[in-house]
Amino acid sequence: MPAAALPEASTILCIFLIFLVPFAIAGLALINTGLGRSHSAAHTMLASLCIFAVAFGVYFICGFAWQGYIGMPAHTLMVSGKPWNWLGAQPFFLRGVELGGSTNSLAACLQMLSVAVAALIPLGAGIDRWRLSAICASTALLAGWTYPLFAHWVWGGGWLAQLGVNYGLGHGFVDAGGAGSIQVLGGLTALSIAWILGPRKGKFSQEGMPNAIPGHNAVLVLLGCLLALMGWLGLNSAGALLFAGGTPGGTVLIAINTILAAASAGLAAALITRSQFGRPDVSLTANGWVSGLVASSAVCAFVAPAAAVLIGLVGGALTTLSVEWFEMRTGVDDPGGAISVHGVSGLWGLLAVALFAHVPAGFLNVAGGPQGQGYGESGQWLAQIVGIATLLGFVFPLTYGLNRALDLICRHRVAPEGERQGLDLYELGAGAYPEFVTHTDEFTQR
Amino acid sequence: MKLVGFFLLLAGWVIVLAALAVIGSGVPLAAFVLSGTGVEILGLVLVIRAHMVRHGDVG
Repeated sequence: MPAAALPEASTILCIFLIFLVPFAIAGLALINTGLGRSHSAAHTMLASLCIFAVAFGVYFICGFAWQGYIGMPAHTLMVSGKPWNWLGAQPFFLRGVELGGSTNSLAACLQMLSVAVAALIPLGAGIDRWRLSAICASTALLAGWTYPLFAHWVWGGGWLAQLGVNYGLGHGFVDAGGAGSIQVLGGLTALSIAWILGPRKGKFSQEGMPNAIPGHNAVLVLLGCLLALMGWLGLNSAGALLFAGGTPGGTVLIAINTILAAASAGLAAALITRSQFGRPDVSLTANGWVSGLVASSAVCAFVAPAAAVLIGLVGGALTTLSVEWFEMRTGVDDPGGAISVHGVSGLWGLLAVALFAHVPAGFLNVAGGPQGQGYGESGQWLAQIVGIATLLGFVFPLTYGLNRALDLICRHRVAPEGERQGLDLYELGAGAYPEFVTHTDEFTQR
Repeated sequence: MKLVGFFLLLAGWVIVLAALAVIGSGVPLAAFVLSGTGVEILGLVLVIRAHMVRHGDVG
């Protein structure tokens, strides 16, 4: 049964909201660039552009064919008499989609941008040492296989979405804005990349103590946060319209919740770092801000504003503590904080659905079920746990294994000489700031 | 240790899937899903510890 067409007002609003999503891509690109070193700034921005292009292209070729949308053709297994929808069965190159404002075409358009957001996340963990060709190859794997597979299970009417219909687990796995499909998937890939690459030269002493390598431009980072907010308004609202039966009026609540979550998470991070270091830390506060956006993604359409504040506060605090834990305790060098911001906070957002969300009774994210029938809240927490278990138990080994195998063919880490020179000079032949002069005389204390 | 960790991650997920397929509903389903998730957490701890041993090699 094909998904119902959106009303005209919803379609127009949805198109506008989808056009906001590139701001999230721009925001993440600026944040990653600002948190890296100046001698790799042009490389990070160019890598962001290449990630966008490769992800968009690969997803156009085969990604959406495997992801599909609710009601579109899919491969289904019968397990104990229940249908498990596990992979989309569309023709490649979007040939099965009517590109004229149909619901399918809107979903395809939103997903082509969403996959770029997901693919951009691992760059935050690989700044200053990840080769451009390896970045493009890793992006192709994510956009062509990992992302479409999991996104189909959640948004394409797949077996996670069917948990409600098949097993009575609430409404099935609920993730309207992509806290799991985009953010956690990107965060787990970021962890894989950080492990495969290893830490930057000089990041850890021989005794294993971390050295601070501050980002080169705090202004870029904070501007990126503001742009990311605009992008997330589009991601969360368009996702709710297309994947959670949202209405144009409902986007007001989504916008308020998204902003409240980001603001409270940013403030939580600022307060925690102030209590730890005596002053608020810019990069951690920025990370906190984005973590609020991430945590809001799954749940913002289904909670009251007060709950969004609480979700943001917890998300910001978790991220701030998690960044420190990964660096101090596990020896992971994640310059952009991608693992904590997107992975940890995204997992919190998915759990928050179980704790705080009141999903409308008629909400159904699969086709062919008894439309309009009331679905209870009972079992929703279990559906969320099954989704999280799938991310950790299947997606994480898959993305780690794929990137590990890729490392054997196309080495991820740049040569030591490239790291010493900076990736701008080594891989691009020119720096981002060619007119910068290193002053010695006038700034030296006499 | 790393391979064992990833094996436990996958094994935990298989337990969750098997619980859905075989048990279907009720308290036993929740118990098995939580058990599978527990196995995954054990696997995650092992994988993280395996990478901590290598920590400092490159830095």
